[in-house]
Amino acid sequence: MASALQLDTALQLLRQSGHGLPAGTPGSEAWLQSLIDSLVDLSSRDALTGLANRRSFELALAREIDRVARAGEPALLLALDIDHFKNVNDTYGHAAGDLVLKAVGSVLMDCVRPMDMVARVGGEEFAIVMPNCPAAFGEAVAERVRRRVEAMPVNIGLSQTIQVSVSIGGAFAPQWVRSSPALWIERADVQLYRAKAQGRNRVCLEPSAVSVVSAEEKALLFGISQFQDIE
Amino acid sequence: MSAASAKAASSPARTPTARARITAVTSGKGGVGKTFISVNLAAALARQGRRVLVLDADLGLANLDVMLDLVPKITLHDVFTGKSSLEDAILPAPGGFSALLAGSGMVEYSRMTPEVRDQLLQVIDTVAPRYDHVILDTGAGISDVVLYAVSLADEVLVVVTPEPTSMTDAYATIKVLASTQARTLVKLVVNQTRRHGEGRTVCQQLQQVIDRFVNPGLATAVRLELMGQVPLDIAVRDSVLRRQLLLESLPGSPAALAVAAVGTRLLD
Repeated sequence: MASALQLDTALQLLRQSGHGLPAGTPGSEAWLQSLIDSLVDLSSRDALTGLANRRSFELALAREIDRVARAGEPALLLALDIDHFKNVNDTYGHAAGDLVLKAVGSVLMDCVRPMDMVARVGGEEFAIVMPNCPAAFGEAVAERVRRRVEAMPVNIGLSQTIQVSVSIGGAFAPQWVRSSPALWIERADVQLYRAKAQGRNRVCLEPSAVSVVSAEEKALLFGISQFQDIE
Repeated sequence: MSAASAKAASSPARTPTARARITAVTSGKGGVGKTFISVNLAAALARQGRRVLVLDADLGLANLDVMLDLVPKITLHDVFTGKSSLEDAILPAPGGFSALLAGSGMVEYSRMTPEVRDQLLQVIDTVAPRYDHVILDTGAGISDVVLYAVSLADEVLVVVTPEPTSMTDAYATIKVLASTQARTLVKLVVNQTRRHGEGRTVCQQLQQVIDRFVNPGLATAVRLELMGQVPLDIAVRDSVLRRQLLLESLPGSPAALAVAAVGTRLLD
């Protein structure tokens, strides 16, 4: 039946992406499996940076949130955004912008463990899923990522280098609790907006001890006291 | 309705079943009348013709059996350990509802483990299609067991009294639920009020602090909905001491009428 399959476009895509063609006898089951594997790999990666794309990121996130709810292991999601990326594009052109995206993607890969997933989830937005990341390490890990990006000169051609920075927001998956990938992303994004609002090139993690009630909160809670007039 | 039956007819193997509304009752602080509200609310709902199950989700320190004067031979503990079937553990309670008691053997479940998580989920999934309403009476505090139980519920009812300690703990609970579970609506019952309008004041006070300190950090703001205030009433103490349901023993008392009103409000 293999002869009836329309495989030209698939093979062309693999060749273009530098994947190499499937091994074995064309049309054999092993050859088709190898072709499918390459296509799966291709469809789960971002074409520019080679990082996981949004689709595979969402799959990984769903898997991770289920694992966290099941095993109670802490997991951290970082949402990253390149600061003033529009300026890079406007000033140096889109080709330079692409080089910046690639450089940031590769430094992010260098910063994490093999078990972590780095994904490009949008234009200049990246995300890192870190399974088994204790709460005490979250801040240090995110800060390391931020510093590494800041310290990296990006070569944009003609021996011209520029410096970029990232803002990072992070949130831990709620342990033992049934949650959703969408909510987890939203919580990390809220922190990312906070990092942007505080002046960019910084890390904001969701405070873990949310159950602590501060003196300010208590003051407001009992400020206009309704207890004084109880006889 | 017609869409649902059409779907049911086309795929009989996956008939969509009606599922109970699951209400988690929690409080932060202990001793504010959480279990008292849970069981009398269950009786109020049962009186309106609803099939109600109260599940003792206070796995560590259960006292639903004490409140209902039941001596269960079989508890959730036996279900969890596979000694008994779930059916055998469900008891008829005095107020015309069913109760699923944790039993004292549950002390070992006061910490969340994957097993407890899966078993609790399985129990809830099994009972949900058989009732109109399941009330999860959670434990005090903001432990992972409490948070997990609340995460399984469709709605959360926080019981608070007009005392600073209770209000602080209720506020902390709401804050955690809002930030980790994205609860946007939290229902509130103010218990042991001493004067008319005090429930509203407590609710407004909590909402004010939430608006100032919690909501700015959230994508969707949390709103409190006051379900009612239950007045401080000597009849409550009497009924608890006699281990009777207030709605059964003194249905005309001010507190009983107030809980019944909360039940009606909950069904609105």
